[in-house]
Amino acid sequence: MALVELRGICKSFGTVTAADNVTLDIESGEFITLLGPSGSGKTTVLRIIAGFEEPDAGTVTLNGVDITHLPPFDRDVNTVFQDYALFPHMSVQDNVEYGLRTRKVPKAQRAQQAREAIAAVKLEHAIDRLPHQLSGGQRQRIALARAMVLRPKVLLLDEPLGALDRQLREEMQVELKTVQREAGITFIFVTHDQEEAMRMSDRIVIFNEGRVEQVGTPEEVYERPATRFVAGFLGASNIVTGELARKIFGRTATVSIRPERLRLQPVAYSAATGEIAVAATVKEAAFVGANTLYIVDTEDGVRLSISSTNTQSPGHDNRFAPGDRVLAVWHDRHIAEIPAERRHTSARGKYE
Amino acid sequence: MLRLSRGARLALMAIVGLILLFMYVPLFVLILNSFNESQISGWPIKNFSTKWWAFARNYQPIRDALLNSVLVATGAMIFASILGTLVAFAMKGFNFFGRGTVNILVVLPIALPGVVTGVAFSNTYSNFLTPAGFNIGYFGMIVAHATFCIVMVFNNVFARLRRMNPNLQEASADLGAGLWQTFRLVTFPQFRTSFAAGALLAFALSFDEVVVTIFTAPPGIDTLPLWILKEVGRPNQASVVNVVATVVILLSLIPVYISQRLTRAQEHER
Repeated sequence: MALVELRGICKSFGTVTAADNVTLDIESGEFITLLGPSGSGKTTVLRIIAGFEEPDAGTVTLNGVDITHLPPFDRDVNTVFQDYALFPHMSVQDNVEYGLRTRKVPKAQRAQQAREAIAAVKLEHAIDRLPHQLSGGQRQRIALARAMVLRPKVLLLDEPLGALDRQLREEMQVELKTVQREAGITFIFVTHDQEEAMRMSDRIVIFNEGRVEQVGTPEEVYERPATRFVAGFLGASNIVTGELARKIFGRTATVSIRPERLRLQPVAYSAATGEIAVAATVKEAAFVGANTLYIVDTEDGVRLSISSTNTQSPGHDNRFAPGDRVLAVWHDRHIAEIPAERRHTSARGKYE
Repeated sequence: MLRLSRGARLALMAIVGLILLFMYVPLFVLILNSFNESQISGWPIKNFSTKWWAFARNYQPIRDALLNSVLVATGAMIFASILGTLVAFAMKGFNFFGRGTVNILVVLPIALPGVVTGVAFSNTYSNFLTPAGFNIGYFGMIVAHATFCIVMVFNNVFARLRRMNPNLQEASADLGAGLWQTFRLVTFPQFRTSFAAGALLAFALSFDEVVVTIFTAPPGIDTLPLWILKEVGRPNQASVVNVVATVVILLSLIPVYISQRLTRAQEHER
């Protein structure tokens, strides 16, 4: 039995379907990320787990208990909000104590627990401040402390790093991950940032238009995308279908190959075993520091993106200019086949 | 920043000065006249004296009128505070059929001429309630005042609720607080300053109301403004009226001052 089990969750707002038959198991102690573009339903699913929304159909169980229709205050889950939602009229201490207060923890004990939680996020010096006297990163930490002090079974995080600048964001990613690992609490994290998702998660759930496209470890979803959407959404990908796929890649399915798995070689290059080389013309070459990004057209008219790492100093690499005749080379094992789109084949229970 | 020429600035200052002069000179004359020894107001004042202040302090009709005013204003304020807040919450939280109409109905009484409100209430009380054996009397005056006071509280609270972060209530529920706890610990503190400012304005509005009061005050009962209105008709009491008017001016400064302070405090809180 998984810690959190979603079964056939559906939710519509007017004519908009926000969640369409979402079924998902979340294991105890894992860091799972709901990833998708805005409006893909990831936040709705999070709000359904938190209890802020009731699903139109389906069930949510926590530790085997059906909590689908329980109000938020009766659920053993806590949320870190995107805008932190700290109570503006309460000090940092009172904010962190709030959940203990509603649980009728004795005053001395809750003050002690709150102090420990605040110390855990290194903000002891700000304990008497009001939220508007804190920086964005500090507010973020207090929001985390406020939720963590209750030792919930599950912590829900709704794009908690969205408002921070890049550097702070990366620091907080590491911090969140450390806190999660040390406390052993299940984190359900919502983001639209695929890099953030891959960096932090044990597993990623990819959402699109209210449906779950794929669930897997960062490596699985990147290397073996289950759908065309996943292949395009996570990193860049060359996706080739139909007749061209057969001609160039020798496959009947839709295939995907990552730009970094393609190499460019001079026309004189002779392919090794397992390698495939296709003649092409360089259309564009863009030097971006660590890599050079090429766009090439094969003779069959397939346009490929290629990312070539600049491992050598200038003049020692194979670097090409627009108009150069080249060979696009890849290894057969780097091709990922994308199964036929599943959503058109069956309507219900497809991801179980 | 808009830059004005020297001439324009001087002209504007002169206009503002004139307007302030017209607004406040009469009040100033009235205050001075409350210290006039003579029974009749006049200018220039020949002899200054606090005789009328001493007289007013122990004059029973004035005390009764003041007590009535405070009672009515307090009652109207309490009704307006509760109802205005409830309407504000309904308008903020729900999108129901007739929402726009309710909004207009709440705001309308402040725009209606007092004469109309007064006649309407007077007719209802004397032609329907009294014949039906229900003598509303003093309470009717409070209800009539409350109708146009509601909007004061409603406007203040509604404006504040609209700017409130809805996530705060969700965060509170998420942290285990029930509905009443969330209201007490999170929601109310968010709008309490607007609530207090609205209630004070409601009090002030009711305290100096004349027109509706004329129609709804039970026989023999005077509020302070009503008493002043009656006494002004008798020239030999003019100086006592000035004393009372001065007191009213000073009293009405208090709620205005507090409500401004509250509004400012609220801006800092955000």
